[in-house]
This record gives sequence, C-alpha cells and structure tokens, in this order.
Amino acid sequence: MSTSTRLVIGVGNHDRGDDAVGLAVAERIRAAAPLGVEIIMLDGDQLGLLDAWANAAEVYVIDAVCSGSPPGTVFRFDAARPLPARFSHRGTHTFSLADVVELARALGTLPPHLTGYGIEGHRFDMGDPLSPETSKAVEIVAERLLRELNSADPGRWLTCA
Amino acid sequence: MTHGSRVKVPALARVEGEGGLEIVTEDGKVTEARLDIYEPPRFFEAMLRGRRYTEPPDITARICGICPIAYQMSACQAIEDACGVTVSNQVRQLRRLIYCGEWIESHALHIYLLHAPDFLGYESGIALAKTHPDLVQRGLRIKKAGNLLMTVIGGRSVHPVNIKVGGFYRAPAVAELGALAPELEWARQAAEETVRWVAAFDFPDFDHPYEFVSLRHPSEYPITQGRIVSTSGLDITPATYDEHFTEFQVPHSTALHSVLDGIRTYLTGPMARYSLNHDRLPPDIAGLARAVGLETTCTNPFRSIIVRAVELLYACDEALRLIAAYQSPAPPAADVPARQATGYGATEAPRGLLYHRYRIRADGTIEDAKIVPPTSQNQRAIEADLRDFAAPRLHLSQHQLTHECEQAVRSYDPCISCATHFLDLTVSHR
Repeated sequence: MSTSTRLVIGVGNHDRGDDAVGLAVAERIRAAAPLGVEIIMLDGDQLGLLDAWANAAEVYVIDAVCSGSPPGTVFRFDAARPLPARFSHRGTHTFSLADVVELARALGTLPPHLTGYGIEGHRFDMGDPLSPETSKAVEIVAERLLRELNSADPGRWLTCA
Repeated sequence: MTHGSRVKVPALARVEGEGGLEIVTEDGKVTEARLDIYEPPRFFEAMLRGRRYTEPPDITARICGICPIAYQMSACQAIEDACGVTVSNQVRQLRRLIYCGEWIESHALHIYLLHAPDFLGYESGIALAKTHPDLVQRGLRIKKAGNLLMTVIGGRSVHPVNIKVGGFYRAPAVAELGALAPELEWARQAAEETVRWVAAFDFPDFDHPYEFVSLRHPSEYPITQGRIVSTSGLDITPATYDEHFTEFQVPHSTALHSVLDGIRTYLTGPMARYSLNHDRLPPDIAGLARAVGLETTCTNPFRSIIVRAVELLYACDEALRLIAAYQSPAPPAADVPARQATGYGATEAPRGLLYHRYRIRADGTIEDAKIVPPTSQNQRAIEADLRDFAAPRLHLSQHQLTHECEQAVRSYDPCISCATHFLDLTVSHR
C-alpha cells in the first residue's frame, strides 16, 4: 500500500514486447517526476492495483491496449465514467485494468481521481522488444503525463482524499 | 458446414495465453471437443539448456504469475535431487509455508472472482461485487493474506526473488512471520465460512469416472513432497514419472497432452488431491467437509469449488501451524555443489501436479530440462468432460452453450498461461 497521495502506476510485462509500454512510461516519469509523486511498477497480478492505490487521491495508470487500432494509438480515460467494454477482456485468471477499475467502482474503493493511459500494442511475443510505433507513443505519453503532473495542484486533490 | 459465431474476447492487453474451444457434432452427437490452445509455444525448456543449474527457480517462476512458487519449488527439488542434497527440515517447513501462501492466493481468487459468480447467476466477479461487495471484499482479503505470506518470505508476491536452490537467500525472523498470524487467523475463519457458503450452491448433476493422480505423503496433506499415486493403483517416485507418463503433440494445441501408461486419460488438481488424501486432513477440517456434504471422493467438477474451499481452509490452518512452530533456518540455504546427474521434482501446484526434470553436467550447466504443468496434463480430461457435458446441450443457443461450456471449463481452474485466455467457441456440424 502506498503512502503517497499521487501515484503513477506502470502496468505490464517486461518480457512480452509491447506489453511493457506501461512500465516504459513509468520509468521515464520516475526520472523526471515532481516531488511527492510515487512511481509503482506492477507486473503480474493487476488486482494488486486495489492495494497500490488504496490511500491515493490522484492516480495515473498506464497499460498496453489491444483493441485492433493502429499500433501506437494513445487512449486516455477518466475513470469517473464507466470504461467502454472494449477496454476489457475475459481470462481464466487475469484481470484487465478496466476490470480492476470496475471492480474498485463496485466495491466503492476507486480513487477520487483516476486517469488511465492506454497504448495500442503490436507485438506481444516472449522476448520481443517494444515496437517502433509503441516506443514513439511511450515518449508522447510520458511527456503528456509529466505536463499533467506538473500542472496539477496537489492541494486540490489532497482535499479529496 | 460450420454453425455458430466466434465469441469475441480480449481488448485491454494482458497477454497470458490464448485458447478456444471447438465442439464437432455429427448426426446430432458430439464427436469431438477440443481445447484449441493457440498461445505461441514458450520454449522454456529449450531456454534452460546451457544455463547454470542455479537459474531454474528464477527463470521458471516467470512461466506463471499465479503459481510461481510451484515452479520454483519443483525446480529446486529436482536440482537438489540431481546434486544429492537434502535440505534441512527448517528449510522444508519454510518452503511449505510460502507454498501455503500461493494456495491461499490462488484458491481465493478462483473461488470468489472466477467460479462463484457462475453459481450465483452473475456474469463476472465484478457483477457480483456490485450487489455483494461484502462477499467479494472477503475473498480479496483472504487472497491478500496469501499475498502477505509470499511477500514476507519470498520478497514479493509475484515472481518471488528470495528462493534459491538449497533454500532461501534470507530467512525471515520469527517476529516477521508471527506478525502475520492475526490476519491468517481471520482468513482461517473466513475460509471456514467460505466452505459453508459454496457448499450450499446448486450444482449440475454431472459426474465423471476420473483416474485421479496426485502426490501422497506419509503424514501430510500433499503440497511439497510425496510419491505419485493414482486411483488405479499407481504408486511411484517422481524419479520414475517418465516411465509412466507420456507427453505428445496434438494438431489443435500448442500445449502438449499427457497420458498415463500409454493410453489412460487422468486428472490432477484439487479433486484428485482430496480424493486421494482426504485422510491426511486434520480431523476438524475433514469433519467440516463431510458435514457440508462432501464425500471422501469428488467426481463432479462443478463441486470442485467445495474442495478448493476445503483446501483454502487447510492452507490457512497449516500456515498458522507452521508459523507457530517456525524456527529460522541457519543457514537459510544448504550448499548445493553441482555434479553430473539427473534430478526429479514434483510438487502440488494449486491446479495439480507439477513435474520438473533436469540433467546437469559436471560443470553445472543444464543439459536438458523437462517441465510438465498441471493444465497440460488435464487437457484430455477436460476435453473428455466437455464431450459428455455438451452432448445433451446442443439444442441451446450459441450464447447459452458457450456460457455453460465456459462454466464447465472454469471448474478445472485451467491456467492457460502455464500450459498456455478464454474462450472462443465454435460448433461445427458435419
């Protein structure tokens, strides 16, 4: 459980190509984030998000998307509204970011402000590097997210916690 | 001629495995039911060749985010077997304790978020959480108790980093584990309520004459050690696994199938463990199982949720016992010098028997590796069940048939990322 009220959480698997885009963005944010912003890398069990953001007021989550859009397409959503079904998937064990957001909403544990960034992936095979399209999108999302982090007034969020 | 349409699945990526289900009918009868696992082959066995003999616990843990401990433990045991090393009893007990954490985490997830919604008429755990948040919170809190065990002993709950051949890099202090006891006491009580809760569900009348295969230990409910036994009388050591179990390829799956003694389909997992080892459960837990209507064997895969709940209770109970008796092992790991030999390891992953074999050269490099996960072993039994299950349901709509077949498959808690997401259904009428 984080003690910070501002979180950036990168989600993904380093070993599976474009599935690592969330982690790659979080790594870039770590190097330049304003004071008071905590960076978390999450690989594996996404239900861990429920604990990771338990005390946070302002959360940004970055993950890979596989929606059939062109590789490198950037999606942004505000979890104040239900996520479109196309951002969800069913699995025998795994829960998508959208699933965890909706689970938290159902349980009443959604952070006051949760923003998601998704980057459309292209290659997800074991051992693949990031594809050129997603590498470019990583830089775009990192830059945009840093702008959001630097422009936000932390006090505004703290009052929501 | 093919009828039916594909049911769309993933969107937001979590790429753990891809698979589908195809049912073929002829003259109104099911002639084939195939689990089409089209996850690309992952080549872990080939990846291990030429690596140091100390590396398999860390490499094989990456096979699965749900059961990394199982891979680490089977790997460690096989390598220690090859090198002729027996670890201390304290290390063995600490291994059993972290394995309990994995059982708690995995079983709680499956019961509450994946399987129970099927019986309560909800399309998912999320839908269940909307009307019964208290239930889902209970499941998540039990799961978290397992995660805590894995984090304190393993360094983190996903792909733990504190496990090594011979034992652990660092043994937790008595106080560190003792601090987990209150939450595990809560989890034990919650698991007992879970057993009563799931036992009251309505279950389809569907039994199958399985040949069950699991470990069996002289005194313990099997988790980390034991002989490999079956309901037809098999009783062997892990060292002779390859003499009895054969893996082979099938055109429709990238995961290997497995048969026993050349021909027999078999099933591993909670139903097998329970049916072959119910007498190894503590009397109070065995008594509760009987009191809620679970006989000494379970051959209805839908009722496996009760077995899983009993095992969840056992894992909490056993974890508390192990914590109360814990003595920090010193040293935390045995010295394991390499030698030229072949070693064998078999443990009980949450989904069933997990077998590892390594052939090691004198210089400590791995010459050959074999890993047989439970879902891979269970594919034939799942397909056989689906043939029987689908046959009287062919009149259903595509949507309803898909839904019911998904429920049937979920009963096995398959880990397609281990063997190899679900579920596209195609029904072909010939």
